[in-house]
Amino acid sequence: MSILAQAILNGVMTGTLIAVPAIGFTAIFAVLRYPSFGVAAYVTIGGFAGWFANTMWGAGVLPALVIAFLVAGAVGVAGEEGALRRLRPAGALTVAIATIALNLILENVVRFLFGNDLRGYDLPLKPDLRFLDLRVGPQQIENVVLAGLVMLAVFAFLRFSRFGKAMRAVADNVDLARLKGIDPQVVAITTLFLGAGLSGVGGVLLAVDTSIDPLTGARILLSVFAAAVLGGLGSIPGAVVGAFAVGIAEELSLLVVPATYRSAIGFAAILVMLTFRPRGIFGERAV
Amino acid sequence: MLSYLLFTLTMGGIYALLALSLNLIWGGAGMVNLGLAGFFAVGAYASAIATGAGTPVAVGLVAALGAGVVAGLIVTFATLKLRDDYLAIVTLGFAEVVRLIALNERWLTNGSDGMSGLKAPFKAELGTQGFNLFYLALVSLVVLAAWALLRRLDLSPFGRSLKAIREDQELAAFAGKRVLRFKFQAFALSAAIAGLAGALYGHYQTYISPDHFQPLITIYIFLAVSAGGVGRPTGAVIGAYAVVVFLEATRFVADIAPGLQPVQIAALREMLVGIALILVFYVRPQGILPERIPPAPRTI
Repeated sequence: MSILAQAILNGVMTGTLIAVPAIGFTAIFAVLRYPSFGVAAYVTIGGFAGWFANTMWGAGVLPALVIAFLVAGAVGVAGEEGALRRLRPAGALTVAIATIALNLILENVVRFLFGNDLRGYDLPLKPDLRFLDLRVGPQQIENVVLAGLVMLAVFAFLRFSRFGKAMRAVADNVDLARLKGIDPQVVAITTLFLGAGLSGVGGVLLAVDTSIDPLTGARILLSVFAAAVLGGLGSIPGAVVGAFAVGIAEELSLLVVPATYRSAIGFAAILVMLTFRPRGIFGERAV
Repeated sequence: MLSYLLFTLTMGGIYALLALSLNLIWGGAGMVNLGLAGFFAVGAYASAIATGAGTPVAVGLVAALGAGVVAGLIVTFATLKLRDDYLAIVTLGFAEVVRLIALNERWLTNGSDGMSGLKAPFKAELGTQGFNLFYLALVSLVVLAAWALLRRLDLSPFGRSLKAIREDQELAAFAGKRVLRFKFQAFALSAAIAGLAGALYGHYQTYISPDHFQPLITIYIFLAVSAGGVGRPTGAVIGAYAVVVFLEATRFVADIAPGLQPVQIAALREMLVGIALILVFYVRPQGILPERIPPAPRTI
């Protein structure tokens, strides 16, 4: 029983780590309508930007998150808006393939600058807390709280700010939004900044949880995609629910299959979901 | 120098098969396979396991074709009725799962140590140099056969139906084309060709391991097909050889930029591949050989 409870608890922690980049991926998908594989690089870049701030300037987790958001967001806008904008008329698949190339370039910029080694943040080690039979790291609790705050801020932004409303309008119907005087270009740039920035924030949370290397983002990409597909591509609340579902499924899977297959769980989740409920939990257009 | 040339041309042929595989479904039906490296691996392992059990290499190649078809059908099953980006995501996951299985099922694949001592046909009889020549001829012949087959297919009613599906799925269905069946067939055939390429690669190297099937190969092939011209088998083949030449040329990055560490040179080379792909999309989206749309045949 306590094994099960521990697995679910761990799943919630894993889910929060997936959720933040999944929101970023979904936001870009909802507004620009292509799956951006660049998300993997933004996660890594955010993680490294935070690591640099942490180890060079002694920044704590909170300032590291802000720096990661700004750096990854700026890189995302520069990359996808600067290099790929002209390709968008060619269709979603072409841009998606171009984002794979962009991802490869960015990932290797990180490798060029920092090498392949694992890097850890310079943070004080704290012993695990125990409740009944359950173990939790204080850093994990901090992560869950921080990720929760970030998610709340995103929801508030989308719900109440002018920009958030404009984004949702463009996601809903570009032509109608343009008629209403919304500039889709500005919305696209804002969305890319938000999407890439959130991925970067996710990178710091991941890095603080364990460590970071140039392939960190690529390794969680499948889980992020799984979360987005599970929730229904394009739905932000869906991405959050999907992330928790994937996180819990991954941790529960450890009880029955070898740990090495953990990242295959996302793939299995995608297949099952697409077979039985192609629109995901919070269904959006699938066809 | 000669053996280097033979090696480059043989690898070019193997990439050409992969490019033909991608061109069939991407150029033909507008579907994307981001898991090419996975199907490549499936073929290599299928043939390695079959010939390891004592069958001749020819049977191994057939096993690779069969394994490719099965893998292709499994992957497309859940996604065919959905938008194309779902297929992209699923194929990406498939390649990852293949890599995990190759790494973890030691009883079958020998894990990260890889499988060595794969049968190299006629190597004992021909000697190393003779074998390299023979194998180049074999691979080139397979490429030629696959190219001829796919070109015929391209110009046949099957190929035209695929392109109709690519341009407008609903319209093709309305015109009486069985869209799902066409997509299934195209993907299975494409996966089989990728599997065959894997088997040929395995028996050439006589050693395979999960490291040989990195996702990067998929990007190379996308570069090959985009550069050569999406939708034309000839373009795919030319593009593949061009990419192999390009990849070999990037080796000289080290000479231009001295004082860099090996990891930095490797990073620079991969960056160049990404930059090349984006540049091709920018400068020549239709590729070296743009697609020809043949006039519709007269029916009366």
